[in-house]
Amino acid sequence: MKPQVTIVDYGMGNLFSICNALDHCGAKITLSSDSLVIAKAEHLILPGVGAFKDGMAELSSRSLIGPIKQHALTGRPFLGICLGMQMMLEQSSEFGVHEGLGLIKGSVVPIPPTGANGDPHKIPHIGWNSLLPAAGGNTWATPLLEDIPIGTDTYFVHSFMAKPENSKRKLALCYYNGIEICGAIGSANLLGCQFHPEKSGEKGLQILTNFLRM
Amino acid sequence: MGKIRLIARLDIKGPNVIKGIHLEGFRVVGKPEEMSTSYYKAGIDEIVYMDSVASLYGRNSLEGIIRYTARHAFIPMTVGGGVRSVDDVRNLLAAGADKVAINTAALRNPKLIREVSQRFGSQCMVLSVEAKTDKTGNWEALSDNGREHSGRHVLEWIEEAVSLGAGEILLTSVDKEGTRKGFDLELIHAVSDMVTIPVIASGGMGSCQNLIDAIQIGKADAVAMADVLHFERLSIKEIREQVTSVGISVRSI
Repeated sequence: MKPQVTIVDYGMGNLFSICNALDHCGAKITLSSDSLVIAKAEHLILPGVGAFKDGMAELSSRSLIGPIKQHALTGRPFLGICLGMQMMLEQSSEFGVHEGLGLIKGSVVPIPPTGANGDPHKIPHIGWNSLLPAAGGNTWATPLLEDIPIGTDTYFVHSFMAKPENSKRKLALCYYNGIEICGAIGSANLLGCQFHPEKSGEKGLQILTNFLRM
Repeated sequence: MGKIRLIARLDIKGPNVIKGIHLEGFRVVGKPEEMSTSYYKAGIDEIVYMDSVASLYGRNSLEGIIRYTARHAFIPMTVGGGVRSVDDVRNLLAAGADKVAINTAALRNPKLIREVSQRFGSQCMVLSVEAKTDKTGNWEALSDNGREHSGRHVLEWIEEAVSLGAGEILLTSVDKEGTRKGFDLELIHAVSDMVTIPVIASGGMGSCQNLIDAIQIGKADAVAMADVLHFERLSIKEIREQVTSVGISVRSI
């Protein structure tokens, strides 16, 4: 039987891409902005591209904040992607301070405009970057990244980054000119990735498959 | 600097990939669906599709190609050519594009840059610039796929576009495009020096050394290749190897 996945449709995010990738991975996909469907979803994905405040406003106007939080309480697999991951935090400082879903303690802050050595670097952080285990060592702390070689490059495009309060919620990191960026966060089945697995080639598809198997 | 991105640029006319010189004339090279899938499998980092006659007809007609590519190549896709409005952008993104490249419409109405970047995020708003040296040695921004003069000086135009929210620059040298004699390194360097957003160098690649120069001298963040890939003068694997051997960091496959 095909794994079932529901994608939150709230007017933001490149839905066609994520659907294509999940379809390629053999999932049965439901796109929904219905509260009940979302709260009861087996696997739930919150995609997102664009600004935090717009994302939260779109979720709010569709009354989806409650259902998403309900889903998170069930312990069923949840994956936030890019802006979707950022909205899992408590707040963001993008274009003013805005409240997020609060599924993970911490905030979203701008990527510093300079690298660790003080040299300016380009913002947004656009391109491929290597995922490393946040706790160091050479194993992943999450089944989301099972069988993904340490250092695998995935595609990032963002100007803001998540800072979970509890360092144990950081699952994968990458470095942008020496600046630590959270690549993946969460715990157990509540997960988020800053990179776009649907745009990260075959390894990205493997990550989505791992999620579908959870 | 982040890892340098290797990008395949496919200029499209109707159902075909074409290749011209100085953005003029063209040879039919193949089918975009097959070529982009093959580049994806060979390890290209991103795909750029430019509809080469779109601004002539007042529309971008790549929807079918975009949809196909989005089903077979799981890497970022940028689409340009004839993108004139927020609605055009919405349609292209809905079809599967991740970013849109806008030139002519932005020169005519710079506010479009702000509208697109506010509605969809600046990361999806790529400013496409076609730069040609004028008689005084300055670079002028051309529009309509190299057919029209805008009278705008490239550096000053880019500065304005960045302030309006452009997230990336696709910088094409019309002088070097299709010549395989190397990129316009001065142009790339002048732009890279001036902006804090990523710059994609396009136009002129003939050899790996050209690419290396575009990165090391031009300070580009990414390189768009057309001729060398379409006519199979270099393979993506070779390019990766040569670039890595001089210490430039690229995506590992």
